[in-house]
Amino acid sequence: MNFQNIKNIYLKELRSFFNSPVAYIVIVVYLTILGWFFVSNLFLNNMSTLRTVFEMTPFLLLFFAPAMTMRSISEEKKSGTLELLFTKPIKEFEIIAGKFLAAWALYFFTLLPTLLYYITITSIGDLDTGAVIGGYLGLMLVGAVFLAISIFGSALTENQVVAFIVSLFIVFALFILDKVLFYLPPTLAVILEYISVDYHFSNIARGVIDTRDIIYYLSMIGFSLYLATSVLQKRRWA
Amino acid sequence: MSIQVQNLIKLYGDAKAVSDISFEVHSGEILGFLGPNGAGKTTTMRIITCYLSPNAGSIKVEGHDIQTDSLAVRKLVGYLPEQNPLYHDMNVLEYLEYTAQLQGVGKSYIPQRMREMVEACGLGEMKHKDIGQLSKGYRQRVGLAAAMIHDPKVLILDEPTSGLDPNQIVEIRSLIRELGKQKTVILSTHILPEVQATCNRVVIINRGKIVADGPIADLQRSLHGGEKVVLEIEFPDGQSFEMISVQFKTIPAIETVSLIEERDNVMRFSVETSSAIDIRKELFQLCVQKNWGLLELHRAQTSLEDIFRQLTSDVTK
Repeated sequence: MNFQNIKNIYLKELRSFFNSPVAYIVIVVYLTILGWFFVSNLFLNNMSTLRTVFEMTPFLLLFFAPAMTMRSISEEKKSGTLELLFTKPIKEFEIIAGKFLAAWALYFFTLLPTLLYYITITSIGDLDTGAVIGGYLGLMLVGAVFLAISIFGSALTENQVVAFIVSLFIVFALFILDKVLFYLPPTLAVILEYISVDYHFSNIARGVIDTRDIIYYLSMIGFSLYLATSVLQKRRWA
Repeated sequence: MSIQVQNLIKLYGDAKAVSDISFEVHSGEILGFLGPNGAGKTTTMRIITCYLSPNAGSIKVEGHDIQTDSLAVRKLVGYLPEQNPLYHDMNVLEYLEYTAQLQGVGKSYIPQRMREMVEACGLGEMKHKDIGQLSKGYRQRVGLAAAMIHDPKVLILDEPTSGLDPNQIVEIRSLIRELGKQKTVILSTHILPEVQATCNRVVIINRGKIVADGPIADLQRSLHGGEKVVLEIEFPDGQSFEMISVQFKTIPAIETVSLIEERDNVMRFSVETSSAIDIRKELFQLCVQKNWGLLELHRAQTSLEDIFRQLTSDVTK
């Protein structure tokens, strides 16, 4: 693996996010929606907590992650620039990794302004800083899983709309898994609970950082990126 | 040997895009890769550049196998695909920098290589413009500049002059000829004069098979045994083509006489012989003897176009 190649792809992707309206639209829309939910019942609840940020973000991400990455690979396929990348001395995984990291960085910049909420709340009440750090860590990990899955969705097709819908379907399925456990036999429920993104997130969001949860996230990310890489490889060797 | 293609086979589903072709390209050679649309030119080039994998056969580029040593091959080769892969939201310099980085050009060399390529491809005025705003001709130049950014030993160009205006075509051809002195170049096209103007050798491919391989002059000789002469003559009144053609046939080497054009008393003929004998002197003497006004007399070469048609049309085969 050549990190210079990953860095080149990463920088190019990040630049094209910020050269186009994509980055600004994502940031503005996310903050607007989150801001409304955050403020509307802040004084009603009268609690110094960032719970709204941590509860709403995974839900918003269901739409934002596929939207941020739907262009990623499918556009390269459609415009023929994949032929450029494939005939350069770069491995498929380096392409995928660079694109994934760029999307993750954009997500990081989207979350960054919500630190203002943290500053606001700590100035008017007591906030459990440990839980906040855990919550943000969890958000970064959930985001990484959704983005990695969406990169895979984008690798499947040259049509951005199809990429968006396929990715949305997969992340939505993972998201609702632990909400339908009620209807399932217990043995199956345990397995599905483990696969569910939300189940692991709720642990971290409480400020409990368990290696099992971290391993779950890392393996989900790794597996999705592996699948995306295989899709590209298969195309070349087809 | 710069490029060695052996028994290459590529299938798309059940259809054979390339069926069992072999050829070699030497260093410092410009090879013209000719064929009608869908003959397998682009597929072959895509396999050499590691974009697609072959179903069977082997290709070595400068001794590196495209399957086992793919990264080394991709480092050596500069490739301009038929569908020029440009990012329309980048400007020319950004694009050249990005392709140089991807190609693994050393950081300290990149600015110098970019300057050289902008110069060589005449992109000076356009270098800060977004690629999306450029005309097709300029985009093609950007693609060429990007293909050569790492000073590759092997250049593979899929229809490099498509979309260029006549002046640009001449410039690009002379650039390719210049490059061909030190590099190995494969160039595909269906513009035949282009091959005659730039290439040392041609490989003609039809329906996935090689139908001719050799220097242009050799192909011309081997495919057309006889000579062809075109002449234009002004006749006295009352002559018909039949009467004149009988007169021509008195020269024994002449096999066919055909009328190209007739206006007033001037007729234009093409005369063909069965073997390679120069009959221009005899034709001239005939005209003097009959007191015909000879306006024009020249030897017509079998053009590459004729060769191409003979080899690739299925009717003649």
